[in-house]
Amino acid sequence: MNLALRAFAARVTGQAISTFARFITAPRAIWLGIEPVPRQRIYFANHSSNGDFVLLWTALPGPLRRKTRPVAALDYWLTSPLRAFIGREVFNAVIIDRRPDARTEDPVTQMAAALDMGSSLILFPEGQRNSSNAALLPFKSGLYHLAKARPTVDLVPVWIANLNRVMPKGEVIPVPLICTLTFGAPLHLDPDEPKDTFLIRVSHALLALQPQAQA
Amino acid sequence: MTGPHLLWLLSGAALILVFASIVGEVLRQRLSPNGDNPVIENLNARINAWWVMVIFLALAFVAGKPGVVLLFALCSFAALREFLTLTAHNRADHWSLVACFFLILPLQYWFVGTDWYGMYSIFIPVYAFLLLPVVSALRGSTKDFLVRVSESQWALMICIYCASHVPALLYLQIPGFEGRNVILIAYLIFVVQLSDVLQYVWGKLIGRTKVAPSLSPSKTWEGLIGGTLSATVIGTALYWMTPFSPLEAAGMCLLITVMGFFGGLVMSAIKRDRGIKDWGHLIAGHGGFLDRLDSVIFAAPIFFHVTRWVWSTT
Repeated sequence: MNLALRAFAARVTGQAISTFARFITAPRAIWLGIEPVPRQRIYFANHSSNGDFVLLWTALPGPLRRKTRPVAALDYWLTSPLRAFIGREVFNAVIIDRRPDARTEDPVTQMAAALDMGSSLILFPEGQRNSSNAALLPFKSGLYHLAKARPTVDLVPVWIANLNRVMPKGEVIPVPLICTLTFGAPLHLDPDEPKDTFLIRVSHALLALQPQAQA
Repeated sequence: MTGPHLLWLLSGAALILVFASIVGEVLRQRLSPNGDNPVIENLNARINAWWVMVIFLALAFVAGKPGVVLLFALCSFAALREFLTLTAHNRADHWSLVACFFLILPLQYWFVGTDWYGMYSIFIPVYAFLLLPVVSALRGSTKDFLVRVSESQWALMICIYCASHVPALLYLQIPGFEGRNVILIAYLIFVVQLSDVLQYVWGKLIGRTKVAPSLSPSKTWEGLIGGTLSATVIGTALYWMTPFSPLEAAGMCLLITVMGFFGGLVMSAIKRDRGIKDWGHLIAGHGGFLDRLDSVIFAAPIFFHVTRWVWSTT
């Protein structure tokens, strides 16, 4: 009974967060060289705001959304009961520990396990929110290790535009502005491709999706 | 709130849409059976969106004054969201932008809804104009300051101030026209949007000479003259549901259709400068709220003030 109630609360909260995100950002998904079809994918995106994964999750069509889990950092999402409820139960996040010396589970193993259960993933390979002036921070190696562990899964770059203007770091009230999410053609790790070459190639593929006509 | 005249106007709009839907479907079967002709697909998307817009407007009319005020407040919200997405602002403007959406917008419509003419006609041009730059200045960033505050003020004037003059028409007091003010709104929107549609139709049929080639390839003199004149003729024929005589109705129709054309022109110039084709994507086939409302936004304040000066006792 209690479990069913929590599951219901999680569904309602998820819907409410999604509706709020739509109200504020009227998100527009642009699919370039890829279609929104139910295939297993790892969506990787630029990370400039805490709302990033909510917006990406909202922009996916319903059937895809239900099979897609964000990858989230334990040191942020498990710091309060409310965040833990939203992270674990509303978004069914794969919660990883960013601190190599403190963690008990390997993040890549956790993500591969989620893929093996049939889920798609949302991943931010920069590893932290980007509040610098650079468009992208250098990618961490997690995406490479995951692509090596599960080489057949599509890696889909997603550029999230404008969300950092909606809610700059440190602000509490969002400004309603239209956000676009540009989904690009899927990528794969080439056999024998070195780590650094791969990470630079995928980050360039992501950068290439930035809308040209930004004010 | 509803009367026989409003029903006439809405039924007329519905009849035009039934006709347009049939034409759209015939054209689709003839020219685009597999949905691969973009012009036909866009035409049908536009017609479907028109149905939705007419239904929303009719529902708001049925709900009375609060319904109409709320509908236009929501349109202002969507329009402002589209406009400010394209303007210059930086982190120092965060609080002034929040104020635009969550303070100035509701207050303006509150003043309209409570019929406080002395306030809503100066609130944005005076109070917001003077106080909003102060909020940005207090945050200390001077980079592009004048550009930032000017673009925000322009957004407020277009998306909130001008648009709010549509529901304001409900509160004019015209002797002999009591209880029928909603007709003024339906009439304004009907004539201006009809003029938009007829400009498009005339332009597609006989359009040759472009009005402003650098601004918009689709605006032609033939479309402009044919569209405004035919909308004026139809608007004049409907004078009996307005407070205007036939001649006055013709003058008013000419005034609002020309203003509507100017609105499209000015808003096109902004889009062209920012390198975009549409303001948004929420109204399928049309683009954004501002793409559809630009003509009404330019026509509404002038229509409101002329009607108020000449016919209203307030």
